[in-house]
Amino acid sequence: MVHWSAEEKQLISSVWGKVNVEECGAEALARLLIVYPWTQRFFDNFGNLSSPTAIIGNPKVRAHGKKVLTSFGEAIKNLENLKATYSKLSELHCDKLHVDPENFRLLGDILIIVLAAHFG
Amino acid sequence: MVLSSADKSNVKGVFAKIGGHAEEYGAETLERMFATYPQTKTYFPHFDLGKGSAQVKGHGKKVAAALVEAANHVDDIAGALSKLSDLHAQKLRVDPVNFKLLGQCFLAVVASHNPALLTPEVHASLDKFLCAVGTVLTAKYR
Repeated sequence: MVHWSAEEKQLISSVWGKVNVEECGAEALARLLIVYPWTQRFFDNFGNLSSPTAIIGNPKVRAHGKKVLTSFGEAIKNLENLKATYSKLSELHCDKLHVDPENFRLLGDILIIVLAAHFG
Repeated sequence: MVLSSADKSNVKGVFAKIGGHAEEYGAETLERMFATYPQTKTYFPHFDLGKGSAQVKGHGKKVAAALVEAANHVDDIAGALSKLSDLHAQKLRVDPVNFKLLGQCFLAVVASHNPALLTPEVHASLDKFLCAVGTVLTAKYR
């Protein structure tokens, strides 16, 4: 598993402290669905994802984005114990949701861009 | 993957806005790439990769110039980057996965300096463009 230095944990926490989880989450998920449209395959029941405008305004996207980012916040509080913290979510994503792990990397990349845009 | 006319227009718009900062962005892109993805440093054993390195700045300038060139010839990226494509295939042989890493860092640099510029649509277009550049540069690998 990944090991974080004290400095890295500090940097992560301090950036996270400034994050508006609801806004960033909504933006990150919307951008994921816009920039990598094939990721929409997991969200058939989200309604209108037909255009960037539709995606950005979609309330289910906003809500789910907030959920995802809130979960990241939990992870950040438990960096030394990530495996245990995410154990149930891991099972969910594998056994129920069937999400290719590559998609987690894509979301991570998008989140970096969102954070870069907000915090330079 | 095909660049639509909207994509091409978005890409040209980004590079027009970036203008003279392209070289600086190139250097910052490399700095970030080396810091975030240390495995990319393996291609530069002959470089001083310390902070403020003149070699990194110089190389960043080259990389940026190539991106600008590709953007200026967005209808024929393969043609515009043909020599670079040969170079990467025959001499440099940078593993294809690394072009995505460079692209991601370039996006982060653009986002951090011009947040308003990188709307979701422009982000998508620029990401596609960077993928296309990577594809061209690795096209002659085998």
